[in-house]
Amino acid sequence: MIRLEKRPQPSQTWSMATPLVAVVATMIFGGALFGVLGTNPLAAIRTIFFDPLFGEFAFYYRPQLLVKGAPLVLIAIGLSLGFKAGIWNIGAEGQYIIGALVGAGIGLAFYPLEAWYIFPLMILGGAFGGFVWAAIPALLKVRFGTNEILVSLMLVYVAEQFLASMSLGLMKNPEGFGFPGSRNLQEYASAHNTELIAGSGMHLGVVFAFIAVIFAYVLLNRHMLGFQIRLTGEAPRAARFAGVKPARLILFCLGTSGALAGLAGLFEVSGPAGQINIDFNVGYGFTAIIVAFLGRLHPVGILLAGGLMALTYIGGEIAQGQLGLPAAAIQVFQGMLLFFLLALDLLTNFRLRLAKGEVA
Amino acid sequence: MDLSAINPVLLIASLMVAATPLLLAAIGELVAEKAGVLNLGVEGMMIVGAISGFAISVETGSPLLGFCAAAVGGAVLSLLFVILTQYALANQVASGLALTLFGLGISSLMGQSYVGLKPPSTGEIHIPLLSDIPVIGPILFQHDPILYFGIALVAIVWALLKYSRVGLILRAVGENHDAAHALGYKVVRVRTLAILFGGACAGLGGAYISLIRVPQWTEGMTAGVGWIALALVVFASWKPWRALIGAYLFGGITVLQLNLQAAGVAIPVEYLAMSPYIITILVLVILSADKSSAPASLGRIFHASN
Amino acid sequence: MKLTKLLTGAAMALGLASAALADEKVKVGFVYVGPVGDGGWTFEHNEGRLAVEEEFGDKVETVYVENVAEGPDAERVMTQMALEGADLIFTTSFGYMDPTINVAKKFPKVMFEHATGYKRSDNVSTYSARFYEGRAVQGHIAGKMTKSNTVGYIASFPIPEVIRGINSAYIHAAKVNPDVQFKVVWVYTWFDPAKEADAAKALIEQGADVILQHTDSTAPQAAAQEAGGVITFGQASDMSQYAPLPRVSSIIDNWAPYYVARTKAVMDGTWESVDTWDGISTGMVKIGEISDAVPADVKAEALAMAKAIGAGEYHPFTGPLKKQDGSDWLGDGETADDGTLAGMNFYVEGVEGDIPQ
Repeated sequence: MIRLEKRPQPSQTWSMATPLVAVVATMIFGGALFGVLGTNPLAAIRTIFFDPLFGEFAFYYRPQLLVKGAPLVLIAIGLSLGFKAGIWNIGAEGQYIIGALVGAGIGLAFYPLEAWYIFPLMILGGAFGGFVWAAIPALLKVRFGTNEILVSLMLVYVAEQFLASMSLGLMKNPEGFGFPGSRNLQEYASAHNTELIAGSGMHLGVVFAFIAVIFAYVLLNRHMLGFQIRLTGEAPRAARFAGVKPARLILFCLGTSGALAGLAGLFEVSGPAGQINIDFNVGYGFTAIIVAFLGRLHPVGILLAGGLMALTYIGGEIAQGQLGLPAAAIQVFQGMLLFFLLALDLLTNFRLRLAKGEVA
Repeated sequence: MDLSAINPVLLIASLMVAATPLLLAAIGELVAEKAGVLNLGVEGMMIVGAISGFAISVETGSPLLGFCAAAVGGAVLSLLFVILTQYALANQVASGLALTLFGLGISSLMGQSYVGLKPPSTGEIHIPLLSDIPVIGPILFQHDPILYFGIALVAIVWALLKYSRVGLILRAVGENHDAAHALGYKVVRVRTLAILFGGACAGLGGAYISLIRVPQWTEGMTAGVGWIALALVVFASWKPWRALIGAYLFGGITVLQLNLQAAGVAIPVEYLAMSPYIITILVLVILSADKSSAPASLGRIFHASN
Repeated sequence: MKLTKLLTGAAMALGLASAALADEKVKVGFVYVGPVGDGGWTFEHNEGRLAVEEEFGDKVETVYVENVAEGPDAERVMTQMALEGADLIFTTSFGYMDPTINVAKKFPKVMFEHATGYKRSDNVSTYSARFYEGRAVQGHIAGKMTKSNTVGYIASFPIPEVIRGINSAYIHAAKVNPDVQFKVVWVYTWFDPAKEADAAKALIEQGADVILQHTDSTAPQAAAQEAGGVITFGQASDMSQYAPLPRVSSIIDNWAPYYVARTKAVMDGTWESVDTWDGISTGMVKIGEISDAVPADVKAEALAMAKAIGAGEYHPFTGPLKKQDGSDWLGDGETADDGTLAGMNFYVEGVEGDIPQ
């Protein structure tokens, strides 16, 4: 019988090694799945993991990794602060939408005026929109003790309906022949989140994602607030004795994650996506939750996890196009990767021991 | 506008059908959460149940076997969640989300050859005499057997949770797993069974959509019902009968808004569509006065050495 | 900055050249918004792809990516196809419009075909189907067949395409049955079987005995079958598994002839940017088999109408027609121009209710 024994200290070695082991395990099981579906497993694995980085067209895919990964990292960083403190914002998708709506709304309100201050205003608007949307569960939790998991999740659906209403009504492009969707901000210079270096994929959202990583790292390791966050998550009672004010912490964690999700939405709508539309949101807010956990709630880990997720998305698309794999196979593959990463994390905190007789 | 066009009897009857998948999934999740497990993978388990049930009933021609297969399918998928959260001690929120992603993918792989087929009909039970009573007859006594099963399940879960030893253990594990463990209860085993029960119920709920409510198989056909079921459990504050009422309310608002539109009432559709979620938030606020309702160990990881 | 741009351009050109030299096959890419297993919109586009493979066999290679979200993901998938040597790319959702134009700019040698949009360029064509022609035939049958004089219409989103369909069906139903009334329900989805079933039930319970749908699942068909005494029409695909009742006919999106023709044009080097809006005449819109549940004379009239539309003798929007508010739209014998139809945002006289904003 295998027995689990808690390590006195989380193992440094294993926390580094488990992601690698998980990726290898996914390659083996995923490869078997692709084999069953009639695709050469080696070719599929190579296409997903290798081609986007080093293949013939890597010059195009590498920047795309940044474009795809940036919103994930930006949102996940915000979420991780709350998760560390035991505050569960799972409604980032909604905050992402509202951020995009407020930001794009400001831009569209100025159309066709060209001025330097429009885009900064949009950025503020995006952050503010996300913040407000996240402040609702925060205030309800502080004031009434309402469960923030559920409130933030419910607000995702409310936000989606707002999005539909805006794309079909108020923000509809007056020159769009009655079709839903706003003007394309890519064609409105003052509101366009351009690439900072052409062809590099580096738009302002990517820069913000990197800044957020550094900010979170410093906050958690060097700042009193970071200490309070960690303490609240690990020992809530001790935290109260240490003078942590739970209400302030809740507002800070939810507010920050909301603002970051709102920023991600704003940068997406004004850059890669270009317009507000019914299907504007594609699940970044939910995927970011997974990214946060894959990164072990550590800023650098999240950065790497965001990159890995982006890689499987982009590699998965290439595999579909080149090898004719169905989209569902890629989904299953991603699911497997998550399972292995989550399951193997066990080895970081526990030792496996062969024991006789006794059952854990 | 012609409100008289809405027939309340038929409205209630179709509302009950619309609510059943929600109810089945929610009652399963309710049991899992009572045992202290938050499984966000309901949507994934539902869709796997939907295709398992559909495939088996098409192959065998028997809807009953289909529903059995759906329960098994949902439970098998939830077994992955068991391994992750109970044995590998992984975070439940992340595991549940991963389960949904995996379930959506695997279900469409399983369903590739079933698109466009028509399943065998489940049929309705017309209880003689009773079903002929005006008003009450069509509302209560002219439905398919699974709908009655769903209501019976609510009653059974309620009775078991409230009066039986099994229910007591389940609640003990959900409230304080360390204390339950100290009392000699097998925390992991109880939670495993609760998760499997949740998976089976979600599978049934999915199959209700693919075999009765729609009936057909298409990828992604559960279209978010699993998420609403999650909301419903909290809305019901973990009480089975309230889940029943909540399911009718949630299912009812969609049916009602479509009926109002058909009657020519100019309603802002998006705003009505968001109303169930806003109502849930309001209910959450009202219920939060009742601090005792949520299982205290919900979502927390248990390990015997802790 | 300029250097990077140059390098990127050169690399892209190189990639293109090497891919083109590598094989003589014409490579055709398809970008789908849903899964090929949706049984409706994407399913029919994929049927078109399979028809291209069947037609040209070894001379063609097709690739597709499904479930591609509109926006940056679509742009990336198209770029990927172009980089890997696709000669012709079909982008099959309205929301792919701007991404298609963007990518086409970068790959002037690759031909693009965007479905249902209105932006074109030298290497971007647009194509769409005149589904309203099929709606006219359905409206005729509906007007003749309804006993309750109530026709239920499950509409997806309030966009010109859908509004056109409602108007066309209503005009032809009212023509043969002045008492007919349309109940329109907006479900705000193209595809949500459970919601579509609920909408169908709501309409049936309120007395509709004909259901028209502009959503893609067969759920309304099943709901009508269960209710009994209700007829329906298949949408996007034939839905013949519900024939002869409740499904009495259907509108089928038949992209195969167009896809085959455009692929041929690329092979022959005759491809040029065009705006195609085809209907019954070229077979892009097909009227599915009218079942025996429809009386022989009604069936004959319906077929005659379809034939007249196909031959260009009859336009479904022929005056005199007024708008819902009573203002004049088309004079006697006047037909609607494509511009007005493409952006249609009003009901014709007689349709009740408002278009949601």
